[in-house]
Amino acid sequence: MIDPHLQHVPRLGRHPSRFRLAGTPVITVMLGSLVTTLPVIAQSPVMPPFGLLLLLSWRLLRPELWRTWIGVPLGLFDDIASGQPIGSAMCLWTVTLIGIDAIEHRMVWRSYRQDWLIASFAIIFCIAGGVFFARITGGGDIKLLLVAPQILWTVLLFPFVVRQCARIDRWRVMA
Amino acid sequence: MARPPSRRPGHNRKAQYSLFASYVVAMTGAAVGLLLVVVAIFDPTGFAAIRIATAEITRPASVTLKNMVSGVASIDEVLASYWRAGSQNVALRRQVEADRNRIIEAKAVAQENLRLKKLLKLVEDDGSELLTARLIASSSTSTRRLARLNAGRWQGVRPGMPVRAPEGLIGRIHTTTPNTAEVLLLTDTSNIVPVRRANDSVPAISTGLGDGTLEVRALAAGRNPFKPGDLLVTSGVGGVYQPNIPVAVIVRIAGEIAYGVPLANPSRVDAVVVERSFEEAVTRPEGNGPPAPVEPGAAQNSVTP
Repeated sequence: MIDPHLQHVPRLGRHPSRFRLAGTPVITVMLGSLVTTLPVIAQSPVMPPFGLLLLLSWRLLRPELWRTWIGVPLGLFDDIASGQPIGSAMCLWTVTLIGIDAIEHRMVWRSYRQDWLIASFAIIFCIAGGVFFARITGGGDIKLLLVAPQILWTVLLFPFVVRQCARIDRWRVMA
Repeated sequence: MARPPSRRPGHNRKAQYSLFASYVVAMTGAAVGLLLVVVAIFDPTGFAAIRIATAEITRPASVTLKNMVSGVASIDEVLASYWRAGSQNVALRRQVEADRNRIIEAKAVAQENLRLKKLLKLVEDDGSELLTARLIASSSTSTRRLARLNAGRWQGVRPGMPVRAPEGLIGRIHTTTPNTAEVLLLTDTSNIVPVRRANDSVPAISTGLGDGTLEVRALAAGRNPFKPGDLLVTSGVGGVYQPNIPVAVIVRIAGEIAYGVPLANPSRVDAVVVERSFEEAVTRPEGNGPPAPVEPGAAQNSVTP
């Protein structure tokens, strides 16, 4: 009889299920969007958008994983979970992914720092765009300065999130 | 790291078409998103129905978490009170001494008040309270300030109803789903509340700033009448909020504008009270028990006494 502990050890020749391969990234991004379910009643926009952070991490870690249209369903889900007007993240995330595709074609050399730079621009674009959309849909006079702290620590949080994403990715591809 | 493997699929026609199609789908999706935002400009709560499922599904999780962390939320307050505990203790003791006399006076006044009301045959029946519930989550990543309430349409909550805590005003109901409701907090940039100064009724308008503070503009022309420390209460103008709910205290003056901090902190309050809108409460028919829920449109047409 085989020791039951051995069954969980990754072995050569075994492949992870397709659900694990394709579903894990999508589920992690959705869980990131659901951070707003936490019982924190925030007085100002302080929480970093974890859904966006995870989306960027997966996109920059694994360029071949998704087509750009993945921003549409994931963005819609994020809009539903956050308080933003519906369609806001749907539009911004997809435009971001298309933009990253366009940049990637032109860049010859890319390392971790360039990834961080790309992610920073994407974060600034998405949060500022979110403010703009919230303002035109009856949000009143929202100043961009209000989200400056949120942008700052979202950018600073990116390396940590991308590291965790890589850890999940290792688990994902190992059977 | 070198350039990642190119996405160009080479000469494979099928792969080329598939890549092209993916871009077309993405562009269309982005355009649809933009369109939904444009629709939301004209009808901000139009697509709120899409949110129902998520709000309902995540409700149990939020409620459970809320029950676990309600003690942790105020831990900073507990830690802060250890700072200067000694001098604070002396100051508080003096204040208690001073307050004791006032409480006795107030009790006497209350009794006299009761007696006078009996003489006038006034019956104080304030049936405006609808229910008590808890705030379970909020739009913490968005610039809009919305909190989720653990009660919804099936419990009788309707859009527009004011929400308050014992300490003061929280906001009003924005949208409802069967079991949850979104509360537009006082500090949201689109939440405008008519207020007045508590001691001399100087009227003003309070608007949220989105960062936990309020912008208060006096309605009277001329010099800014407010000074730091002024207490603001609702004036009851507009028919949504009951008069005399505490709203905010002024902390800073900048020219024509005064900045205030809400008295009720939504992250600290344990439970909030949903009330019927003021006009609905004062115009309901006399007698016969609790009033039937009046449609917002009907309330506007009724006559204010």
